[in-house]
Amino acid sequence: MEHPWIPNSNPKTKAEMLKAIGVSSPEELFADIPKQVIITEERWNSLPIGAGRPLSEVEVSKRLDELFNDIKPLKAPPFAGGGVWPHYVPPAVRSIVERGEFLTAYTPYQAEISQGLLQALFEYQSLIADLLEMDVVNASMYDWGSALGEAALMAVRVKGVNRVLVPSVINPFHKSQLEAYTWAKGITIDTYSVSLETGYADLEDLKAKLTRPASAVYIEFPYTFTGVVDVNVKAVGEVAHDAGSLFIVGVNPIAMGLYKPPGELGADIAVGEGQPLGLGLYMGGATLGLFAVRWDAELVRQMPGRLIGMTVAKDGRRAFAMILQTREQHIRRSKATSNITTNAALNAIAAAIYLSLLGRRGLRELAEAIWYRSHYAAQTLSKLTGFVSPALKGEFFEDFVVSAPLEYETLWHKVLERGYMAGIPLSRFVDWAPRNWGLLSFTELHSKRDIDSLINVVQEVSSS
Amino acid sequence: MTFRQASWDEPLIHELDNGRRGLTFVGLLEEFRQLMGELSIPPSILREEPPQLPEVSEVEVIRHYTRLSEMSYGVDNGPVPLGSCTMKYNPKVALRYAFDERLQLIHPLEPEDRYQGVLRALYELQQWLAAIVGMDFCSLGVSAGAQGELAGVLTVKRYHELKGQTDLKTEIIVPDSAHGTNPASAAMAGFKVVEIPTAEDGNMDYEAFRAALGPQTAGLMLTNPSTLGLFEERILRVADDVHAVDGLLYYDGANLNGIIGRARPGDMGFDIAHLNLHKTFSTPHGGGGPGAGPICVKDREVTNGVRLKDLVPGSFVYYDEKSGLYRLAYRGPASRGSLSHFLGNLPQLIWSYVYILSLGPQGLREVGEVSVINTNYFLARVLGETKGYSLPYAKGRPRKHEAVISASPLAEKYGVTAEDVSKALLDAGFYAPTIYFPLIVKEALMVEFTESETKENIDKYVERLKEIEQLAASDPGKLKASPVNTSSQRVDAVRASHPRTVTPTYRVERARRGGKELVLR
Repeated sequence: MEHPWIPNSNPKTKAEMLKAIGVSSPEELFADIPKQVIITEERWNSLPIGAGRPLSEVEVSKRLDELFNDIKPLKAPPFAGGGVWPHYVPPAVRSIVERGEFLTAYTPYQAEISQGLLQALFEYQSLIADLLEMDVVNASMYDWGSALGEAALMAVRVKGVNRVLVPSVINPFHKSQLEAYTWAKGITIDTYSVSLETGYADLEDLKAKLTRPASAVYIEFPYTFTGVVDVNVKAVGEVAHDAGSLFIVGVNPIAMGLYKPPGELGADIAVGEGQPLGLGLYMGGATLGLFAVRWDAELVRQMPGRLIGMTVAKDGRRAFAMILQTREQHIRRSKATSNITTNAALNAIAAAIYLSLLGRRGLRELAEAIWYRSHYAAQTLSKLTGFVSPALKGEFFEDFVVSAPLEYETLWHKVLERGYMAGIPLSRFVDWAPRNWGLLSFTELHSKRDIDSLINVVQEVSSS
Repeated sequence: MTFRQASWDEPLIHELDNGRRGLTFVGLLEEFRQLMGELSIPPSILREEPPQLPEVSEVEVIRHYTRLSEMSYGVDNGPVPLGSCTMKYNPKVALRYAFDERLQLIHPLEPEDRYQGVLRALYELQQWLAAIVGMDFCSLGVSAGAQGELAGVLTVKRYHELKGQTDLKTEIIVPDSAHGTNPASAAMAGFKVVEIPTAEDGNMDYEAFRAALGPQTAGLMLTNPSTLGLFEERILRVADDVHAVDGLLYYDGANLNGIIGRARPGDMGFDIAHLNLHKTFSTPHGGGGPGAGPICVKDREVTNGVRLKDLVPGSFVYYDEKSGLYRLAYRGPASRGSLSHFLGNLPQLIWSYVYILSLGPQGLREVGEVSVINTNYFLARVLGETKGYSLPYAKGRPRKHEAVISASPLAEKYGVTAEDVSKALLDAGFYAPTIYFPLIVKEALMVEFTESETKENIDKYVERLKEIEQLAASDPGKLKASPVNTSSQRVDAVRASHPRTVTPTYRVERARRGGKELVLR
């Protein structure tokens, strides 16, 4: 069957090639597969695969358009975060990452022909290093949760204690990933309390939990399921270090435009989600795991994932290459620091372009635009009868918890019927939240009018 | 036609910093500032120094990254016959829908009834992948092949845990020809890895396998066809043996391209399989990712009504008859945690959906057939027309998706290594083969053209190998000096990783320039 994507499926070409091989039919090339497992052409073609026949591009486009036109659009971008957020995707970013030289390239194992790709990834590492004030950043993990899972495994390798402490309000999706990454190694995940009044970590509880050793203490900064930016963060790190644990800080990179970076907070390892950096939502399917460590030989050598470094070529010109590869699976096999190979490289390049466009002032403006929107929304909501907003009194950035005079799930569905996504009904995902709590998020994509419209609808549905 | 890659002395983006503006949000502030006054942030957590991000205008940013892209090389530029990577053409129609703007603002926690069309596509993709590999259930929420492997071995671990035999089932068997990810994944799930040598006939050494197999065996991870491009001829017996000790068979789908449409892992006795959508199903590799590594399992009983699919730590779409809706589940009900953040890498999943629709079963069978013809055509020519390259293991047996030839004859006679050959290939405008892998082949050159490469380019590649053979005899120094047509000459890998000079970020470079001694020890 001749197909445009398979040049040698052309019958004349194929016949020439078979002749050169010295076989009379393609079947001879599969003769070593046991008869019992060979699937006949007739049976294979009758399997439910695709449309049962090749579709032409026009047919494919029509089918995809039908499926996508079925999407019910919202009247404003979702007012929802929880680990991924609606943010602006600059066309300048898309135009570069859709260039075939990057899009269709493999992992840069051959440095000499991949210098541009290597430099772009080195710049990604460098930009994230500056954003986080951490010296060493890898070339990406899949997403925040997998980066956290690997950070926990790494901490246990370094410290040797099968126990990691996480905050009680940890992102439940990340916690599920953390569990998946660690249970088979017999690692226990314990929690320390975070106050549901202020949203800040309970240092006394943390100290009590650390009377038994743990390899790491983890904190989110800001917390993704309360929005709170913890003023105790530095103290949490000090308590962790006093107890001999590593301190892992998980961040939303855009918050770094206003708040202290992990490097200033005493973090040994920083993880986070690069999705806000120009990647888009795609139902949570465009992610970028940030992973960084401070300058320490043991931490660097225990890092998972690929690292790009700057060096020189034979002629003395600056050049880039993959470095410290003896940590990795293709060399160290079962002794590798991780199995990760394919990562999120193209998303890392997108993030690098995005950060290059932003610059120092752009990042600060963006962070301020977000801070203002969430604070304006919180203040406006607090004036509605029966609402407590924010429900947690501490500092918040992009997201905050609101307490409604009715079950949040009910409110949420009613608001959705009117075309707005009013955040996330918290009690569906976490056991610590009352049933009338919701998590709202506001970004640069929300105009004042969008926010006012949302709040009007919230008011209408909650008073009816 | 001579190949010349761009070779800009392009500064780092940090070095381009000139205080100009790129993307601004300044217009978004004033209205709120008037309403709310100045920001008030607790001083103890306020960032006092802005991060040292460069400031460059948009046009400068675009030119910078365009120049970097000109010093990169992908399938759109020319052949990338990298063994085990299945670097096939990434169809443009798929690009259009994978990153469709209609998907860009869908939040994963929006209710499912708002994007039924997308979920339907994903549900269908699951069914199609299951049919392709002969399994019953697939989870799409896995980000890459290695994560698929981890999902697989965690499923194996959980299977034995639920059967109360965790302490007994401590070992995973892996052939020595396997990708490094297999033993690495097994180790991440807390298993001891037992490696089995490859026999001269290219199959796993059956006697060694039998000797390693026992009640402690939790499972076997097998890549079939192997990284040598050879089909494991004893697979049915091996499957029976593993099942006889209550082990599970894990299929590494990295090499599915060579048998797609001809044989299915599910029919060979495998219980679990992962697929690399960024290999077999045309998702672009993006310079290292993101990919997608769905895992598929057989619907078999584990214990007390729990099915194998219930153990999978990844998200999937199911059809809920009651509501008449496609719905999303984050993990199997009997799994421990989920590796998926939400439902997986959506653009990559949509990409493969478009690919499979475009090819249908007939086209996918053609993919397998032509990829195998391309491999064997290449072999017939290179072995027939040169003496410098040999074919270790299973002489005379057809290869499938890829072939591993050895440059040992060149190395022994002229001191020209696999690395030299690969760099000389770069100079002719071909991406190099995978080299020094699998580890069991000396001076390995692992070549995989996939179904996308034209006969003309395979011919040119062979001609270049012949030319390299001649140069090895006449002017080996020229080969050692290659590449010269690429953006860079050979890089100093020792300096790159040396504790005193290792430079993983510009931040480190900046500190060293400021007089700080940064040594990694």
